[in-house]
Amino acid sequence: MLFLLQDGITNGAIYALLGLALVLVFAVTRVILIPQGEFVTYGALTYATLSSGHVPGTARLAVAMGIAAFCLDLFMRRRSLHAALVARALAVNILMPVAILASTYWFVGPQNPAFLNIGLSLLIVAAIGLFLYRLAFQPIANASVLVLLIAAVGSHLALQGFGLLFFGAEGQRGPPLWNAAFTIPPLHFSGQSVAVYAVTVVLIVLLWLFFGFTLYGKALRATAVNRLGARLVGIRTTLSGQIAFLLAAVIGAISGILIVPITTLYYDTGFLIGLKGFVAAIIGGLVSYPLTAVAALLVGGVEAFSSFYASNFKEVIVFTLIIPVLLLRSLAAPAVEEEKD
Amino acid sequence: MAERLPVVVFTLVMAAIPFIPGIPPFWIVLLDNIGLAALVAMGLVLLTGVGGLTSFGQAAFCGFGAYTTAVLTTAYGFSPWLTLPLSLIVSGIAAVALGLITVRLSGHYLPLGTIAWGLGLFYLFSKLEFLGRNDGISGIPPLAIGSFKLIDPAAIYFAIWIAVILCAVLTMNLLDSRTGRAIRALRRGHVAAEAFGVQTPRAKLLVFIYAAVLAGLSGWLYAHFQRAANPTPFGAQAGIEYLFLAVVGGAGYVWGGVLGAAIVVALKEILQGYLPYLFHGEGQLEIIVFGILLVALLQLAPSGAWPWLMARLPLKPSRKRRPDLSLALPRRANVATRGNALLSIDHARKQFGGVIAVNDVSFDVKPREIVALIGPNGAGKSTTFNLITGVLAASDGTISLYGRRIDNAPPQEVTKLGISRTFQHVKLVPDMSVLENVTLGAHLRGTAGALASMFRLDRADEAGLLAEAARQIERVGLTAHMNATAGSLPLGQQRIVEIARALCADPMLLLLDEPAAGLRHMEKQRLASLLRDLRSGGMSVLLVEHDMGFVMDLADRVVVLDFGTRIAEGTPEAIRTNPAVIRAYLGATA
Repeated sequence: MLFLLQDGITNGAIYALLGLALVLVFAVTRVILIPQGEFVTYGALTYATLSSGHVPGTARLAVAMGIAAFCLDLFMRRRSLHAALVARALAVNILMPVAILASTYWFVGPQNPAFLNIGLSLLIVAAIGLFLYRLAFQPIANASVLVLLIAAVGSHLALQGFGLLFFGAEGQRGPPLWNAAFTIPPLHFSGQSVAVYAVTVVLIVLLWLFFGFTLYGKALRATAVNRLGARLVGIRTTLSGQIAFLLAAVIGAISGILIVPITTLYYDTGFLIGLKGFVAAIIGGLVSYPLTAVAALLVGGVEAFSSFYASNFKEVIVFTLIIPVLLLRSLAAPAVEEEKD
Repeated sequence: MAERLPVVVFTLVMAAIPFIPGIPPFWIVLLDNIGLAALVAMGLVLLTGVGGLTSFGQAAFCGFGAYTTAVLTTAYGFSPWLTLPLSLIVSGIAAVALGLITVRLSGHYLPLGTIAWGLGLFYLFSKLEFLGRNDGISGIPPLAIGSFKLIDPAAIYFAIWIAVILCAVLTMNLLDSRTGRAIRALRRGHVAAEAFGVQTPRAKLLVFIYAAVLAGLSGWLYAHFQRAANPTPFGAQAGIEYLFLAVVGGAGYVWGGVLGAAIVVALKEILQGYLPYLFHGEGQLEIIVFGILLVALLQLAPSGAWPWLMARLPLKPSRKRRPDLSLALPRRANVATRGNALLSIDHARKQFGGVIAVNDVSFDVKPREIVALIGPNGAGKSTTFNLITGVLAASDGTISLYGRRIDNAPPQEVTKLGISRTFQHVKLVPDMSVLENVTLGAHLRGTAGALASMFRLDRADEAGLLAEAARQIERVGLTAHMNATAGSLPLGQQRIVEIARALCADPMLLLLDEPAAGLRHMEKQRLASLLRDLRSGGMSVLLVEHDMGFVMDLADRVVVLDFGTRIAEGTPEAIRTNPAVIRAYLGATA
């Protein structure tokens, strides 16, 4: 019984991270981030590829997206181009991903320490997240939630296709971060699961600090509450969107790196993992971080128990879990919402 | 019938396609798939684009349709034609069950909820023994007419496209009717629709079922086309893709669904067919290009391909309606007698947490009387309106119309009893014509239901409603703009449209929330004379207004609120010199 709970908490911790990222992105940009799962697989498989001593295709994708973003930047600002602007666009969109690619080539090797590979993976996925916002969402930042959602689906499809291209159809596993193991009777802890708990807690605390105590964090929250108001007080809402996507990508990649030593990941596994993070995010109402974290643990627990007792209907149970919660939520707060086009 | 011409032409073209000599069979299969997808997308147009309810679960309803016929024809030997109504009924019942739960969800919860049960149902399909688990059910008999079996893609082509065109016509009929107007008003929030008697939960459930039945029909056709059913095409990914089709084509337009299906299905097919030649068959390149193209398309035309295309059409099909003004609707029996209070408010109170928005307010409105409710901003005027019309429930006190308590009646009931209103923030459906918007006001005076509208059995009822609307538009002087979209009028005129809409409900008491705001001087004078006419015709008017000249000129009596409390009541002359009122407006020292 206890090991089921333990299993549930490990999964739940990952779902919590993803749920937090989804809430973050939705609150700031109103995008329901379907590609969150791709950040997970990209992070995990990039890390696994680097560990086996190869250069992952994602590093090249980042450069390609950077070039596209650079062109888009120049095209959008074609009426007000000046040197500083071009230089800035060049630095962010071209030099940064090229530098990441170059250092990947420079450092790559089968004997790399894990932290180096992790660092590189995070950089690569972060760049992809940033450019994804720039390319797919920034031009339609004011569109309806539905249109943004469809754009999210489009980018999910494209990224998943790239995933297959880069990583192949076979699943991969990565080396564990920590090989130690503990036993506190009757439970057995692997070093990896301890790492999962630790990293999750640290990330949640960091996010809390970021949103509560830094100017950028506060700017993001302001954007979430009222875009127009935020712009009027001088917050660049496009920057907020970019930061949100950057954070979501990093969080997704971290989750991926945390689980790839435990489970075999395929290029399309991320979608389902992301969706479960989603269930947690929805239970949290897409607004509350602590509630999302608690809900994620619940989802992980339910999943672990139902896979033990009714493994055939595990997914049915996990996904139907949302409905009573949604019902309660909308009964509790029958918000008078008006769609504005 | 001129407006039906494009449909007839389209039908003829589609009917001719299989007879083109030498047309590749591959194209026919493609068109079959487009038709199947178009059916689902059309349901989504009504549900999402028109009704504002986003659903990711439509693929699951296709699954209900397909599995119903699959099980019944293979295991029980039913005839495929017999399973058609059964498939539709099963999808419909599933929609009622899921709809009762999910339609009540507000805002973003709804699409998320549909993802959830879409996924849940997918896994259910793939785990249940009698549905063949992951392998599904094969060996489904083909459709047959007599001894002619529709096995060939070119044969079932006709079944599919007859279904598509028939459903498109029925859907357009539905949208252009009393029920259709109610559905189209849903997306702008429920307050305005309910103020004219629309039962919004019922209307939402109706579109939900309608979309599900269309999806079920598509599933039924699919099962007999593929002659097999397995869970994959009914999963979450498929559900997302259907929504996709609708948005790409233009979610607000029936033909947008068909166009979206054509674009997406054809694009996928072309990419799958040709990209491997270009890039030597590496990976799933088509899915990458497909994804990127869709994102690009959304950035170019966020409202979809159909409106984009229509805007570029040289010949714009414009619709000019001239309702037959000789038709008349029965009027409300006039129970007005001078002297008795029509509306009486007795110690009405509304508290929002610690804030008392309306604090024990009492006043009356008598028959044939214009009463003005004035007061500084935040005095509780609009809240009082919301209490009277049933949008908000009073915390305490009574509100009655002719002695009948209405303080806990829902808005629909209040309207039925004879109170109709306009809104401070205009609540029209901007993409409906002025005529249609005004006709919504007469919702409760019509009787035609959804089925009657789909088969055009509602025309007599509809003509009466349209005639009444046209009469009210004439009365407020907007006949010239009758066929313009409401959103294209200046704000002041939109307020006048709201008055016409309120008049359409044949009220005894008209509630006007800042009707003169945004009007020019001449327009204000015309509005004042309109209101005087209404009064001499037997109607009472309660209005909130900030233009003091307008109010003092027009009102028989003025009630002044400040901070939720009634501070004065009397004739305009008495109010003008009332020290409490002057203090409230200008401060203590003035």
